[in-house]
Amino acid sequence: MPEALVFYAFAALAIGASLLVIGQRNPMYSVLLLIASFGALSGLYIQLDAPFVAVAQIIIYAGAIMVLFLFVVMLLNASREDGATWDRSHPIPSTRLGKVGALLAALLVVQLGWALSQLGGRSVPVGSRVDGERLGSVLELGRVLFTRHTFAFEATSILILVAMVGAVVLARREGEA
Amino acid sequence: MIPLGHYLIVSAVLFAIGTTGVFLRRNLITILLSIEIMLNAVNLSFVAFGRAAGDMDGQIITFFVMTVAAAEAAVGLALIIALFRHRESLNPDAFTSLKW
Repeated sequence: MPEALVFYAFAALAIGASLLVIGQRNPMYSVLLLIASFGALSGLYIQLDAPFVAVAQIIIYAGAIMVLFLFVVMLLNASREDGATWDRSHPIPSTRLGKVGALLAALLVVQLGWALSQLGGRSVPVGSRVDGERLGSVLELGRVLFTRHTFAFEATSILILVAMVGAVVLARREGEA
Repeated sequence: MIPLGHYLIVSAVLFAIGTTGVFLRRNLITILLSIEIMLNAVNLSFVAFGRAAGDMDGQIITFFVMTVAAAEAAVGLALIIALFRHRESLNPDAFTSLKW
């Protein structure tokens, strides 16, 4: 089953790269590993008959957003992590607060696992009921986006404008006009 | 064909990894990266559910999530730059002057 093999390879790559992202001391490596993780996710999107989402994932996430992160990491020269003393030996702290955080995350895994086990139809193959031909068409995607979701689309442009103005205001030096 | 549950499990694991990063890491940039991981985990389950239901909306909402992520990254990184200029540090523990 090559299809299952590809799925497990991409899923393992996404999960492994994400694990390494939070286990890295150097933010530069974290950003590069996250790009690998996003690439694997876009492979999963292609398997889900969503080629346009996969391409947008590569272009917008791996291309634009991650380059923005990389830019800031380089700009701040933050390749070394300046933490407290307990933070110097290992990126994952083993303080009391860190233990509480790990406990909360483990609790979240248990909750999500329970929720998934309650979900009906989870063993149904994901593409069995509908044809992927229509779902993968960019034409259909554009039609739905610009008819049924016009309001959300227009609201998004306002959001981008607000984010742009906010970024400019926040990053400006104080005292400048 | 891959069962729907497998995609959801991958999504849940990714989301948990992102949460762990937010809880455990003490670096503002890594915390923002963890939030991106969480957003992507949700995207994956949206697309998987949309594929299973034969609906376009799963893909559509993924675009909106991507837009929100871009806006969040822009504002978040601007905040990080402003904070770094203030304290010369990326450790969130350095910004506790509002703590009583």
